[in-house]
Amino acid sequence: MKLGFYPGCSLNGTAREYNESVKALAPVFGIELIDIDDWNCCGASAAHAVNRDLSLALPARTLALAEKQGFDEIVVPCAACFNRLAVAQYELNKDEMLKKSVEKSIDMTFNNDIKILNVVQFIDKYIKDKILEKISHKFEHQVACYYGCLLVRPNKIIDFDRVEDPTSLDELMQLIGATPIDWGFKTECCGASLSIARTDLVAKLSGNIVKDAADRGAEAIIVACPMCHSNLDMRRPQIDEYVGEKISTPVIYITQAIGLAVGIAPEKLGLQRHFVKVNTL
Amino acid sequence: MSKIGVFICHCGENISATVDCERVAKSASEMEGVAFATDYKYMCSDPGQSLIKNAIREYHLDGVVVGSCSPRMHEPTFRRACSEAGLNPYLCEIANLREHVSWVHEKSEATTLKAIDIVKGVVEKVRRNKPLNAIEVPITKKALVIGGGIAGIQASLDIANCGQKVILIEKGPSIGGHMSQLSETFPTLDCSQCILTPRMVEVAQHPNITLYTYAELEKLDGFIGNFKATIRLKAKSVDYNKCTGCGLCTTKCPQKKIPSEFNEGLGTRTAIFTPFPQAVPNKPAIDKEHCNYYQKGKCKVCQKFCPTGAIEYDKPDEFITEDIGAVIVTTGFNVLKTDFFPEYGYGKYKDVITGLQFERLASASGPTLGEIRRPSDGQIPKKIVFISCCGSRDPAKGIPYCSKICCMYTAKHAMLYQHKVHDGESTIFYMDVRAGGKNYEEFVRRAVEEDHVNYVRGRVARVYEKNGKLIVKGVDTLLGAKPVEIEADMVVLATAGVANKGAEELAQKMHISYDPYHFFAEAHPKLKPVETNTAGIFLAGACQAPKDIPETVASASGAAVKAVSLLSQPTLVREPIVAVVNRCAPPMFSTCVGCFMCETICPYNAIEHEEIKDRRTGKVIKTVAKINPGLCQGCGTCVSFCRSKSIDIQGYTNEEMFAEVTALLNK
Amino acid sequence: MEENNNNIFEPRIIAFVCNWCTYAGADLTGTSRIKYATNVEIVRFPCTGRIDFMLLLKAFAGGADGIIISGCHPNDCHYTSGNFHARRRWMVFRDMLDFMGIDIERIRWSWVSAAEGAKWADVVNDTVGKIREMGPYTEYKKAAKFLEEEKIIHE
Repeated sequence: MKLGFYPGCSLNGTAREYNESVKALAPVFGIELIDIDDWNCCGASAAHAVNRDLSLALPARTLALAEKQGFDEIVVPCAACFNRLAVAQYELNKDEMLKKSVEKSIDMTFNNDIKILNVVQFIDKYIKDKILEKISHKFEHQVACYYGCLLVRPNKIIDFDRVEDPTSLDELMQLIGATPIDWGFKTECCGASLSIARTDLVAKLSGNIVKDAADRGAEAIIVACPMCHSNLDMRRPQIDEYVGEKISTPVIYITQAIGLAVGIAPEKLGLQRHFVKVNTL
Repeated sequence: MSKIGVFICHCGENISATVDCERVAKSASEMEGVAFATDYKYMCSDPGQSLIKNAIREYHLDGVVVGSCSPRMHEPTFRRACSEAGLNPYLCEIANLREHVSWVHEKSEATTLKAIDIVKGVVEKVRRNKPLNAIEVPITKKALVIGGGIAGIQASLDIANCGQKVILIEKGPSIGGHMSQLSETFPTLDCSQCILTPRMVEVAQHPNITLYTYAELEKLDGFIGNFKATIRLKAKSVDYNKCTGCGLCTTKCPQKKIPSEFNEGLGTRTAIFTPFPQAVPNKPAIDKEHCNYYQKGKCKVCQKFCPTGAIEYDKPDEFITEDIGAVIVTTGFNVLKTDFFPEYGYGKYKDVITGLQFERLASASGPTLGEIRRPSDGQIPKKIVFISCCGSRDPAKGIPYCSKICCMYTAKHAMLYQHKVHDGESTIFYMDVRAGGKNYEEFVRRAVEEDHVNYVRGRVARVYEKNGKLIVKGVDTLLGAKPVEIEADMVVLATAGVANKGAEELAQKMHISYDPYHFFAEAHPKLKPVETNTAGIFLAGACQAPKDIPETVASASGAAVKAVSLLSQPTLVREPIVAVVNRCAPPMFSTCVGCFMCETICPYNAIEHEEIKDRRTGKVIKTVAKINPGLCQGCGTCVSFCRSKSIDIQGYTNEEMFAEVTALLNK
Repeated sequence: MEENNNNIFEPRIIAFVCNWCTYAGADLTGTSRIKYATNVEIVRFPCTGRIDFMLLLKAFAGGADGIIISGCHPNDCHYTSGNFHARRRWMVFRDMLDFMGIDIERIRWSWVSAAEGAKWADVVNDTVGKIREMGPYTEYKKAAKFLEEEKIIHE
């Protein structure tokens, strides 16, 4: 089984471990992820706030390339990339004129019917059914599943999981033996790209999330978005300062957790790369 | 050769100021088929009408055209005058020379010419008009009221007090509806049960009212004045003739942990139960789904203890058929449950409750006997948060409308809470406070000013539990969108009022229309608020849209009057503006080919199938459409839809309309 | 075709309106004393659903230069759905007229409620202006006359 793969910038930079874990996990289930050749920036964070045409043209180019390279489905692990690609696909399908003008600016025509999967949809579709037979080390920990904002929003476009109270990560974690905690911060804002400009706000917003997870006894926070991860993990010193205590709850990707459960070596999943050490697991 | 009389009215100067009325009358007198034409200053006045009547007699007129104001104004007047002179009233028509000519044009040649044209068009129509007779339909003098809440109770009592018979059916074991669940009512804070229960008893005792509880409408056939209702009497497993309502069975039933519907799940009941102590009828019924005997085959404890031997297991549902003249639908509404709201915990937090549940907590007959205690641990909440517009006015949730009652009952809840928990602190998150109604705004001000309820304008994003507290995260938009976080002991959601379960199916059974939210649709939002588009079926109460008690009672009385005014007539008289399928000589019988396209588009189900049979052999020759004049409202859609041009509508026939259009254009 | 003293073309327009909304709306135009052009003559029907579109052809054949059809707004029909049926049939009928070579631009469809007196005046004035620009509609009248006089000979 071959699927197209769109890493986006994060997975080649701050979220290398996410990339490594997705790439390590797929072959275990007989899936080959092939990078879309010549992919470009999805336009997240900045483009859609500044220039609508650009924010549609950037993902459209990647979608068109993927289509050209013969993929029916592409996996987009980064929640922000996924969101931009899905939104662009929706907007362009809705407006024929807009699609035409975008096609002109990317100098390519395309059908715009490729299936875009985020990492949870990918796992649900190709891995979930086979997890139980592959599990070698049950992931017997209390975990807080944190979805962030982009994975399930906007609901009318993404049409995946329950927007206010998603459960897909919880179900997956349960499947590999974990106990998801019941908490109210599943989709609270982590501060996102304010990480650079207003680190203090991120410390506060992410701090509330991390603190609540820790207070409720979570041994790890499970995420599926590089941005959430970097805010909850990399900003931990600022978070600790804000909440006034040292919280050592690690933040790990869903693919890392499943990878551990099916017996992939921690180094191959990039677990050593986190700022908050994952020794406890 | 027809003999039409044309009467041009000056309407004082309203018409004659811009239209040369004398010239119009003169031109009319030269039109084909016109036997007499004149003009007069005030045609609607007594001498004016006499003028018409005398002309009819003198010239033996067989048609009358009055050139005057809009037919919506004086058509009935002139038709009555004609009728008094012995002319069929439907041979009189109005040419609208005031609203459509003199008032909208300047004085000019063109204006007078237009008036002449219009008169000519109508003359040509009247020449082809047929005498019509008002349609008489018999009426069964009995009303059916569906739903025993306050709307059904009020409507039944009003009709019964007018001396008409009423059948009231209620699907639950007792009448009373949502009102019986309420604690105190806004804006007077009088006890709901105290004002309701005497009426419930009155219903049960009224000689003109037949009450069927545990009953549902199975089928409704027929038409206005002549409905046939099939009613399912669900088996109660208790013989009400023998049962004395002593209640011994309900104390002995071993199934004691069933969530009570009356207490909105905050209390429990037994499998054989009366929903509440003041229930009418105050006799129990067995809930088969929870009864040990029905589920497991043994128990029969209630039968063993019943002193009168009233328990009868395994009796099937009964069906009765009743002839009915009018129907009033009062099936009420419901509120969304807390599990509709993922952001407020998806129903998993015990201390997040609905407004209706709060009513039960505040009610003296409720599970806490009127003390405000939170469901999880029975503690008295010191901090309580009310969230209004839960679901309502939120298109994302599929409910764009305002539920109307929540602003008021939330203010009332906060007030009741403050009255009962003196050191308590209550906060209401709101979008707007809509307190339109007599003494409503004053009531809300009282909550704010006297009871110090804290109103925060903003939405609540999330409610979650932490260390035994409910964390309410919201925003105060009046303070520059400042985030607000409250550690509450209990949260009350003013959940949206929605149509009752099964409303859609009921509407389809009765062929009444409903809106996208399954509330029943009135015939006209302003001028026919209690009628439906199906003649003889009326609406009252919250089955139309969320309504408060005064509004519900008013609409119930309104619907009752409509029903009574129908039932009190000896026969039903209707305008003969109805569609007719043509009939002609054998072997054709009718040009109708029986495609029944008309049946698919008729909004009133007035199209019936008629089999034309050979008189001797009884063999069906052809099946043709037939229009039930009792149901037809005369829209004429079938006329233009008919592919073989076999349907025509009286008063607006093809012949008449084509003649009018042609005449307007022919100079 | 008519011409007044100033040689301006005065079109003849027939309005087919429903009794409950547009007729009442036009009454309101009168009660509000809003003036409009004299070129439009109103024919009352119970409902737009009753309007047989053959009447439109008849009107053109009779010399009308333009036609207005107007009824209750969607969802406001006195008879629940008559205007929807009219609108649906009109969609089909319009294409057919167009195919037949009849100038469908001469038929104006509008919704005017009983409360829209001013709107009715606008609809009338607007239509009169438009038809005046288009000039007299003689083609169909000629065709109709030809059909009537010559008859079509079927082989």
